[in-house]
Amino acid sequence: MSAITVEHLTHVYSQGTPFEKTAVDDVSLTIEEGEFVGVIGHTGSGKSTLIQHFNGLLKPTSGRILVGDRDMWADPKKIREFRFMVGLVFQYPEYQLFEETVAKDIAFGPTNMGLSAEEVQQRVQQAARFVGLNPNKLEKSPFELSGGQKRRVAIAGVMAMNPKVLILDEPTAGLDPRGRDKVLNEIKQYHKTQGNTVLLVSHSMEDVAKYADRVLVMNKGKVAMFDTTEKVFARSEELSAMGLAVPQVSRICRGLAARGLNIDPNCYTIEQAKQQLLALRSGKGADLNA
Amino acid sequence: MLKDITIGQYFPGNSVIHRMDPRMKIILAVAYIVMLFLADGFSGIAVGVVFLAVCYGISKIPISLILKSLKPVIPIILFTAILNMFFVEGDPVFQWAFLTITKQGLATAGLMSLRIVCLIAGTSLLTYTTSPIVLTDGIERLFSPLKKLGLPVHELAMMMTIALRFIPTLIEETDKIMSAQKARGADMESGGLVQRAKALIPVLIPLFISAFRRADDLALAMECRCYRGGEGRTRMKQLKLCSRDIIAAIVMALTIAAIVALNIWFPLAVK
Repeated sequence: MSAITVEHLTHVYSQGTPFEKTAVDDVSLTIEEGEFVGVIGHTGSGKSTLIQHFNGLLKPTSGRILVGDRDMWADPKKIREFRFMVGLVFQYPEYQLFEETVAKDIAFGPTNMGLSAEEVQQRVQQAARFVGLNPNKLEKSPFELSGGQKRRVAIAGVMAMNPKVLILDEPTAGLDPRGRDKVLNEIKQYHKTQGNTVLLVSHSMEDVAKYADRVLVMNKGKVAMFDTTEKVFARSEELSAMGLAVPQVSRICRGLAARGLNIDPNCYTIEQAKQQLLALRSGKGADLNA
Repeated sequence: MLKDITIGQYFPGNSVIHRMDPRMKIILAVAYIVMLFLADGFSGIAVGVVFLAVCYGISKIPISLILKSLKPVIPIILFTAILNMFFVEGDPVFQWAFLTITKQGLATAGLMSLRIVCLIAGTSLLTYTTSPIVLTDGIERLFSPLKKLGLPVHELAMMMTIALRFIPTLIEETDKIMSAQKARGADMESGGLVQRAKALIPVLIPLFISAFRRADDLALAMECRCYRGGEGRTRMKQLKLCSRDIIAAIVMALTIAAIVALNIWFPLAVK
């Protein structure tokens, strides 16, 4: 079963003016249910425009978007339903916080869904747990929290709607390394326990390599690649031609393989590289020491 | 969407009019308004129309933009025209019940409408060909004699510049916050007045906070570069009157003279 199907989607900004710009150009793709998809692409490649179509914030200039098997724009009045099905966390989402308390802010989405007060409360607790938010923080003002905590509150605000598809646009931009790992692990945990589809837009190839099952590469408004993580990062020349890169580990493995070491040049996570190197050492340790 | 709002309505270009000194442009725009009111006959207004058409031709501003700037004043033009049509006394050409349309009324109505159109199109030319920042610069220079009276001209101009600078930023920010809240199911399109006003809270609070944050950052950045007001401040772009400004002024003076002459030789063409 597919979570989101895109058929010949084209989006043109400011159509009919001198500032006309085609941001997404005839894109067709299918995202399966339960997948963890990494979305990469150069700045201005159309990835932000694309993901804003997935929950109906932007209307396609032409083409169709199906969520499950329902056409999103068949009845424009019902577009809000799709916003609850597909949750979108924007870049720097902490700037959207506005309520008096953290709990109230997380409850904004579920309340808009028209859930009962108890249900909302339950969702808030659950979402707070997902992002590792201390329960005693729930009654604080969101503006008293640190940057990383604010970010997690904002992500929880979308998670609390329990969307079938969760899209995160660079959720780790501007966080320190520890905060970044924390947020990403929480997202992975959420993906595992809820079994939802997750789309992660990121500029960090390492993060995408570590978490994603499949990778969508956007270039100049078109889908350049959409394949398993392994296959995408195996095409490093094409990626660098688009101004993207493969993870550092991939480059190291490739370099080692090129120098004649018996190692898979296509491994893309530190874990894989570690296993390969350990196997190499136990097998023919002399090679490594040489 | 909000992005479509144009403020300052500057239309980039590289014509002679675009490159003119902003001070001269402001003065000439005022002179043009005076000229329109000096002209009290169709021949005079015709000169004004031709003058404006030539200016627009030189500046290469598309006609669609002129029409756009005229759109909001259409009700005013209609109102003025209708009032003039019925209330100016003279030789009647049409009579029904208490309504009378006179020849003089029709003429005045036409004249007034043309005058308003020229007024709007003429002042729009100033904002179309001058970027807001350059415009405030020009205003600051024109008003600088008022400094002697204790008016903080530089500070006012700086405030205007900063405000103009931040309008697009804040519009973009509003757009982003609105999208983010809509993604959380905020409903801003339906409901009664109270409900809609309430729906704005999730947008306005983050917007205010971000505006304050930006103000703070900007103040700090300005202080870091030792900004301390207008005293002894020099400019990167010096405003200089060139030959083109002088020529423009001469052309304007000649046109005004022509209109005064028309008024003398063809007096009161309307009445």
